[in-house]
Amino acid sequence: MKVKFKLNGELVEVDVPPNRTLLDVLRRDLGIKSVKRGCERGECGACTVLLNGKPVTSCLILIPQVEDAEVITLEYLHKNGKLHPIQEAFIEAGAVQCGFCTPGFILTAYALLMKNPEPTREEVKKALSGNICRCTGYVKIIDAVLLAAKKLKELGR
Amino acid sequence: MVIYYLIPKVNYLRPKTKEECLKLINELRDFKVLAGGTDLVVDLKIGRFRVKNLVDISRLPELRFIKNEERQLRIGACVTLQELLESKVVKEKLPVLYEAIDSMASWQIRNLATIGGNLCNASPAADTAPPLYVLNAKLVLESVNGARVVNVEEFFLGPRKTALKPNEILTEIIIPYPQGKAGMKFIKLGRRTSFTLSVVAVAALVNVEDRVFKDVRIALNSVAPTPVRARSVESRLVGKEVSLSNIYEASKYVLNDIKPISDVRASAEYRREMSIVLTKDAIIGALNSIGITPS
Repeated sequence: MKVKFKLNGELVEVDVPPNRTLLDVLRRDLGIKSVKRGCERGECGACTVLLNGKPVTSCLILIPQVEDAEVITLEYLHKNGKLHPIQEAFIEAGAVQCGFCTPGFILTAYALLMKNPEPTREEVKKALSGNICRCTGYVKIIDAVLLAAKKLKELGR
Repeated sequence: MVIYYLIPKVNYLRPKTKEECLKLINELRDFKVLAGGTDLVVDLKIGRFRVKNLVDISRLPELRFIKNEERQLRIGACVTLQELLESKVVKEKLPVLYEAIDSMASWQIRNLATIGGNLCNASPAADTAPPLYVLNAKLVLESVNGARVVNVEEFFLGPRKTALKPNEILTEIIIPYPQGKAGMKFIKLGRRTSFTLSVVAVAALVNVEDRVFKDVRIALNSVAPTPVRARSVESRLVGKEVSLSNIYEASKYVLNDIKPISDVRASAEYRREMSIVLTKDAIIGALNSIGITPS
């Protein structure tokens, strides 16, 4: 089945059976390795991508469902070899340990900050409740998102 | 070696209009309707069932609307939970539904999951059900033969069983706005605060006149094969004075309305105890929401 969609700003077309998930096609057919295969049941958030600007778990989406849609992954954020301010904030705040959950967290944080540039700590916690980290205690991840909000504000973005 | 889930081979069909969809499912055998997919895709992965065809209705324009009418809110079955959470009219006029959706899943899941899917999956733990029960919501079921309207309570027949005929889909949820100054509250007890399934959840709606309960509606989930109304509690409060002792006494009768089981989330005994506590708390919360503090 042929499916066309926009991936990180570029039109792509894949020819795959409809029982494949977006997660699976991104990783195995399109080489997008930032999208992690975690629980595969929508519970861990490691496979988070932005679908038409909204965070979703790509493990629960069948590939034909993204026909004509816009998909954004972490690869979109660090353009021209330069890290996005949210990525910098994650490093500075020490919010990365093993790193497996990090792409999902950063994409959810990105979607949050686009919608709500100055979130409260409580709002950050709530927005990130669909992303699970097994290394940290979340404190530094929340710190990182709040730091990213500050950075983006200073940059006027 | 394959170390991840594979979905068995399946045909994917995406009708362009509601009419086309109804015609298609009238002819088709061995299919499942795909809306948000947050339950169905997992069920396909774990092999809960196998189907030959998936009919994707998530993009049908006729199923994606929120209409604020004078006396009722009409919601298309494929409106996502997040869209409802961000709807001003839901928050202002139907706070009990807002609170329930706010307690559900995660942002990622709410962006996919639909209100129609939450109902049609017919989990005893469906969190949109208790608020829709106390709001007396009606569901529109459509097939090529036309539309019929059922009360949300008649829709749930058992775990994963609904009143839908094989050639029908749920197209719309109609919620009459509560009359007068109605107090509402939804309380969910899960194993943790967020992104969790209910151990017990309770929705309450109250109307009070001259310190007397005029109308009381209570519904619970996760304590019976379907979500249930707690009519034993309701009937013991209507006409009674608003007092803590009346609320405490009536809440105990919730045991007549529920039939909980023990499962991975909680024991039946715990659910019984918590049903009493949460019923009481939901009634008090509903009163508080209209500025009444019972003593």
